[in-house]
Amino acid sequence: MPTVAFAPDVFTWPADEPQLIASRCAACGAMTFPTKPSCPRCGRTEMARHLLPRRGTLVTWTTQDFLPKEPYASGETEETFAPYGVGLIQLGDELRVEARLTESNPAKLQFGMDVELVVVPFRVEADGTEVMIHAFAPA
Amino acid sequence: MHDVAIIGVGIHPFGRFGPKSAIDMGAEAVRSACSDAGVAWTDVQFAFGGSNEVDNPDAVIGLLGLTGIPFMDVYNGCATAATALEMTADAIRFGKYDLGVAVGMDKHLPGAFTADPVHYSAPSWYGEIGQFLTTKFFGMKINRYMHDHGISSETLAKVAAKGFRNGALNPNAFRRKPISVEDILASKMLNYPLTQYMFCAPDEGAAAAVLCRADIASRYTSTPVYLRATALRTRRYGAYEVHSTWAAVEEDHAPTVYASRAAYEAAGIGPEDVDVIQLQDTDAGAEVIHMAENGFCADGEQEKLIADGATEIDGPLPVNTDGGLIANGEPVGASGLRQVHELVLQLRGQAGGRQVPGTPRVAYSQLYGAPGTAAVSILTT
Repeated sequence: MPTVAFAPDVFTWPADEPQLIASRCAACGAMTFPTKPSCPRCGRTEMARHLLPRRGTLVTWTTQDFLPKEPYASGETEETFAPYGVGLIQLGDELRVEARLTESNPAKLQFGMDVELVVVPFRVEADGTEVMIHAFAPA
Repeated sequence: MHDVAIIGVGIHPFGRFGPKSAIDMGAEAVRSACSDAGVAWTDVQFAFGGSNEVDNPDAVIGLLGLTGIPFMDVYNGCATAATALEMTADAIRFGKYDLGVAVGMDKHLPGAFTADPVHYSAPSWYGEIGQFLTTKFFGMKINRYMHDHGISSETLAKVAAKGFRNGALNPNAFRRKPISVEDILASKMLNYPLTQYMFCAPDEGAAAAVLCRADIASRYTSTPVYLRATALRTRRYGAYEVHSTWAAVEEDHAPTVYASRAAYEAAGIGPEDVDVIQLQDTDAGAEVIHMAENGFCADGEQEKLIADGATEIDGPLPVNTDGGLIANGEPVGASGLRQVHELVLQLRGQAGGRQVPGTPRVAYSQLYGAPGTAAVSILTT
């Protein structure tokens, strides 16, 4: 089945070991995810593309137990909705990113646990193409 | 600079009102505030109006009287009403006008707020993959806070139960039925650890205040309330806030902490002086965190304070005596002026069955919302 990344320039794809694509300020070193044209700390406009570490630790998390309104675009209905986790993940000493978690069972989520970037199917288009998103899975 | 007094407050009840427009509610709130102040609409020299859903809150003048006054519309997320209040106060402080009105109004659809993430400087995919939810942020923030500071889910449920109980005493509240701690804990999990009854709901309503130069307040009222300080702050680098796709590794305080410090300093008042408190309780966890962010306790002390009933109407730290957002819901443009309405009633001793005991002299209100904006106001007799 063909696959396509849900948005350009969010993670490297296709790739055996995908990485999130960030911006790093050439002047002060501050980073953003996803990429931004200017620095959130010093305001300068010298941002360079930077690939983030694939592994990190879970700073905090919650679960999304109800179907979000639009613009949520998974194609799910109230009947088919599968809850998912959302976490704030610290990647090395570089940046924290907010992302979906593959695990949504609170009993299996712990503060500080090791997690790893994965690319997972999100929805299937009418022509059979699988739309892929990034998420973090327990490592 | 002139000191500023609040001489009248008015409110349109919060809840759901069928086809009634937010403009109609806003006009009623202004009429009520003017009546409370003993001023005619023709005495009002200017106004600031706040709303999320209404493009032009100034349309209330078509219902109140087309007097030609300057009427400025503002929107600033959950801090909209505090912004209208501050700008009204500043126009008087700086001597441009003597008497004006701040009003807020809104009419939201049921359910969690949504919008286009692009307007929050987030990518559109942030919504498409299900991260553009304020409720999820609040779940993440309180989950970590509970872990770090020993706060239990039962404490969150007690906060929500207090909100509903106080709402039952407030004729203008949306939710007026007490709900038990057990039922709150057992309600549907929305964003762990937050259950359905721990969240406020977007709804409808309006609130208004009449402000004037403090030195002429005695013309209108024998019970002026003085607006000692207003402070609004946005998020700093290092704060993880609503609708953030990333955060810096080095943490900084939430914007509430900075707004609070600035307001205390401007007022020359400390948290130990405050007698009655309004905090942004978008969810029960937010009220717990905001107790500490606004200086009313150290992180973690909430567990015992709430078990001891400290934040009840008759406790030493009465918080959200009118039921807060949990019982009133959040018409975004009006919410901060609903807080001011309650605080003014409390300072005048007119809060009826929910009046805090003694003679409260200092009142405090705080708002917080997307994309990381906080506002604090301090009022005294």
